[in-house]
Amino acid sequence: MSEPSTAAPMVASLQDVVVRYDGRPVLGPFSLTLAPGSSTALVGPSGCGKSTALRLLAGLELPSEGEVHRAAGRGETAVVFQSPTLAPWSSALDNVALPLRLAGVAAAEAADQARAALARVGLAGSELKKPAQLSGGMAMRVSIARSLATSPRLLLMDEPFAALDEITRRRLADDVMSLWTDARPALLFITHSVEEAVYMADRVIVMSPGPGRIVAEARLADGFPRPPRFRTTAAFREAVEEVSQALQLSMEADA
Amino acid sequence: MSRKTAPLLFLAAPLGLSLALLGGWELACRGLALPVYLLPAPTAIAAALADHAGALFAAAWVTLSSALLALVLAALVAGPLALSAAVSPLIERAVQPLAVTLQVTPVVAIAPLVVSWAGLDHPEYATTALAAVVAFFPLFSGALTGLKSADPDLERLFDLYGATPGQRLWRLRVPAATPFVLEGIKVAVGLSVIGAVVAEISAGSGRSQGLAWTIVETTHQLRMAETFAALFALAILAVGLHALTRVAETEILRNWRGR
Repeated sequence: MSEPSTAAPMVASLQDVVVRYDGRPVLGPFSLTLAPGSSTALVGPSGCGKSTALRLLAGLELPSEGEVHRAAGRGETAVVFQSPTLAPWSSALDNVALPLRLAGVAAAEAADQARAALARVGLAGSELKKPAQLSGGMAMRVSIARSLATSPRLLLMDEPFAALDEITRRRLADDVMSLWTDARPALLFITHSVEEAVYMADRVIVMSPGPGRIVAEARLADGFPRPPRFRTTAAFREAVEEVSQALQLSMEADA
Repeated sequence: MSRKTAPLLFLAAPLGLSLALLGGWELACRGLALPVYLLPAPTAIAAALADHAGALFAAAWVTLSSALLALVLAALVAGPLALSAAVSPLIERAVQPLAVTLQVTPVVAIAPLVVSWAGLDHPEYATTALAAVVAFFPLFSGALTGLKSADPDLERLFDLYGATPGQRLWRLRVPAATPFVLEGIKVAVGLSVIGAVVAEISAGSGRSQGLAWTIVETTHQLRMAETFAALFALAILAVGLHALTRVAETEILRNWRGR
C-alpha cells in the first residue's frame, strides 16, 4: 500500500478535488492521476463518490474545489455506463457509429468503422438488431464497441458488468481486457467486485465511505494481457486478500 | 381458460353484452309500447341507418374532414412550439401557462364566440378552429414531455462527444419523443372529433352539414330514429379513428424499438 503518486505524464488527473451537492460533501478531498496505458480500478462502498470522480474525469461535471486536468480532449474520452445506454430506436450499428457521426465522420465511413468495432466485440451479424432484440450481455458489448469506436485515449467504465450474471461478467471482463490491451488507452474502472478490480487493473484504489477519500492503494505487476487463469494464481489471491482487508478496515473505521 | 379459448371469449364477452342490452332495449320498447319520438327501438334505428346511409355518410365525412384538418393545423402549431420550448426554458415558461389555460377552458364556453367570429356563412371555419383548439394541448404536451424524456446517460454521452444543439435535438430528443408524440396524437384524435361536434352544435345552422348538426336537426323535428342513427354513426366514426390510431401507434412503436 502507498499514497497515490501524481507523476507525469498523465492522460487525466484530479488534484485535491471536493464535490458538494447542496452544500453536502460527496467526494474528497481526492487526488488521482491516470497515466497513459495504465488500468486503474476504483472500489468502495455505495455512495462514496466513485461515479462522481468518473464524471469529473470525463468533464461531465465540475468540482466545487480543486483542479481537473485533462490531456485527452473531446472525442478522445469514452465512457461506458452501468447500463448499456443505447438509443432504443437505433440499430446496434447506428449506436456504435453515433460518436463518429457526432464528430462529423461521413455516414459510410462511420458505418464501416462501427461494423469493425462490432466484429471486435463478437457481434458481427447483429449490426441491424435494435437494443430490445439484444441480451443484456450483447447490449453491453455494443456499448463497449461504441466506446472503442473512436479509439479513445481515456476509457472510463462505471460498473459496466454490475447487471450481468457471473459467467457473462467473466467473459466480458476477458474480452474487455483483450481489446484494451490492443490500444491501451488509460482505463479507469469502477466496480463493487474486488476480484474484478484485481483481475482488470494494475492499480486498485480503495475509497472510504462518502465523502470518498483514498484510504488504500494496491499496485499489481502489469502482466497484460493476463490470461483468464490469472484468477487462480497465488498472486491474484494475495492481491484480492490485500484489497479486501483495506476495504473492510475502511468500512469498520466509518462504522 | 386455455390460451386458445381466451381470445375468443374476450371477443364474445363485449359482443354478448351489447346484444343482450340491444335485446332488452327492443323488448322494453315493444313491451311498454314506447312512442318512437321518445325512444326508438334498435330495429327502427337500424332501418333509419339503412334508409339514410348516404346522407349519414356525407355528414360523417364533413365532421371527419373538419376533425382531421384541425388535427393537422394543431400539429403544425404544437410541433414547432414544443421544439422551441424544449430548447429554450424561457419559451417554455412563456408558453406553458397559455397552453394550460387553453386546455382547462371548456371548449363549449368559447364555441359561441368562435362561431360568431367565423360568421354564420362559414361555420366550417369555427368547427375546424375549435377542434384545433382542443387537439392542440395533448399534441403540445406530448411532444414537449417526449422531447425532455431522453435517458440522462444518453444526454451525458452527447455532452461527452461535444454534440451541437442541432445534433442533440435531431439525433436524441426528437427520436426519444416518438412514443410520447404518438400518445398525444391518440388523445388529440378523440378530442378533435369532440371539438368539431361541439362547434357544429354551437353553430346551430343548416350550413354546417356534419353529424352533430344532423343530431340537432332531427331532435328538433322529433325524428328520433334518425337521431340515434346519427349518434351511432358518430360513435362508429370515433371508435374507428381511435382504433386506426392505435394500430398505427403499435406498428410505429414496433418499428421504433425493433419488436
